[in-house]
Amino acid sequence: MSAEKIKVNLKVNGEDVTYTINPEDTLLKALRANYNYDVKCGCEIGECGTCTVLLDGDAVKSCVTLAAACEGHEVWTDKGLGENDKLAARLQDAFVECGSVQCGFCIPGFIVAGVGYLKNIGNPDRKMIRNYVSGNLCRCTGYQKIIDAIEKVALEMERGEI
Amino acid sequence: MGAMNTKVIEAEYDYVKPASLDEALDILAEKENVKIYAGGTDLLVKLKMGADLGMDIMMDINGIEDLYGVDKTADGGLRIGAAEKIWNLETNADVIAMYPILSEAMHLMASVSVRNMATIGGNFCNASPVADTVGPCMCYGACVELKSKKGVRTVDATEFFLKPGVTVMEADEILTAIILPAPEENTGAAFTKMARVRPDIAKVSISCVIKRDGDAIKDCRMAMGSVAPKPLFLGDISAELAGKKMSAALIEETAQKVHDFVKPIGDHGTTAEYRKEMAHLIAKEILEKAWENSGGELA
Repeated sequence: MSAEKIKVNLKVNGEDVTYTINPEDTLLKALRANYNYDVKCGCEIGECGTCTVLLDGDAVKSCVTLAAACEGHEVWTDKGLGENDKLAARLQDAFVECGSVQCGFCIPGFIVAGVGYLKNIGNPDRKMIRNYVSGNLCRCTGYQKIIDAIEKVALEMERGEI
Repeated sequence: MGAMNTKVIEAEYDYVKPASLDEALDILAEKENVKIYAGGTDLLVKLKMGADLGMDIMMDINGIEDLYGVDKTADGGLRIGAAEKIWNLETNADVIAMYPILSEAMHLMASVSVRNMATIGGNFCNASPVADTVGPCMCYGACVELKSKKGVRTVDATEFFLKPGVTVMEADEILTAIILPAPEENTGAAFTKMARVRPDIAKVSISCVIKRDGDAIKDCRMAMGSVAPKPLFLGDISAELAGKKMSAALIEETAQKVHDFVKPIGDHGTTAEYRKEMAHLIAKEILEKAWENSGGELA
């Protein structure tokens, strides 16, 4: 049984790209093999959430998403969001302002999940924020300041400031 | 595969993406060792953990139109496309209004980023004894719709599962939809799962739907997760309640029967003893809650 390389066309951070992949490659592997190092590789089995990306606007775990299945889909990572999306850039700043970052390994995933929350739900409701980012693990901060940052931006959205 | 797991998928396989259901059924009929990729949240984890699935072809069913949609059926029930994502279903107004504990169970599954990927058909076909969507579906009287080149058949959800990872599905079949009957008046439901933290896989779970007739039980259906080699429908114990007048004593008696009936195992999740003790406790709790939700009062 020989598995042949396949080409997959997708949009990554607003840019049309073609990746040459193996059928068993995950989206995480394909992204990192193409220099998207802001997408972190953690547990690799869908537990920790540091590899979270937006796939067609929804936060998903790229380590358990098949790259081949992303043909024609749109992917945004932490870095791309920060450079292209006002709301995401604001959330990144809020993480700094709230002191949400310690070692930083989980942060790209939290930013993407946070952007997913703000764009898809957006209420400044701490319980809902917690539920939305429950797929992301942080071993340093104790989560409070991360929730603070997402809530801060949600409140700004509610007041119409962004 | 040594002690160290590098999370590299060791299996080699071909990847195919049929454009239509007919094409998917052709592939299933003609090829051997085909596994279906829907959400991937179970399949890819299994592959990464080195499970030998005997898979030569991975068939990606995402985007096949016939597998999507949440539609009212002619008899007032709901037909849920198998490839619908859990998140889309738990937030669907019809699902919330008509089958509240199905929505609740989904809300308690894993995390949003996983529920954005995982599908209801996948939760059934993965056939884990823990599967959270299955208990509520069994209690609401759901059927699964299976299609192959030979035709369509529907199987009662309570008869779909055989053992861990194994269902009554033939190799050439695909699960196309979950079909739920119309909800009835004076019906109450409850769902509970025990887990260390909320997004965890359940140590033990229970679902219950009660149809009430005045102060008596017209019909009761209970199902449990993680207490048997498959999602367990408590058909006989539930059926014995039909026609009986509801009381605290009846609930206690039934909870004891559930406790005596289940034969859980101990694993990495928890011990067999814990599961058995909890079975008694949560059976009592959900019978009370489902009765209350049906509008009944406990004497």
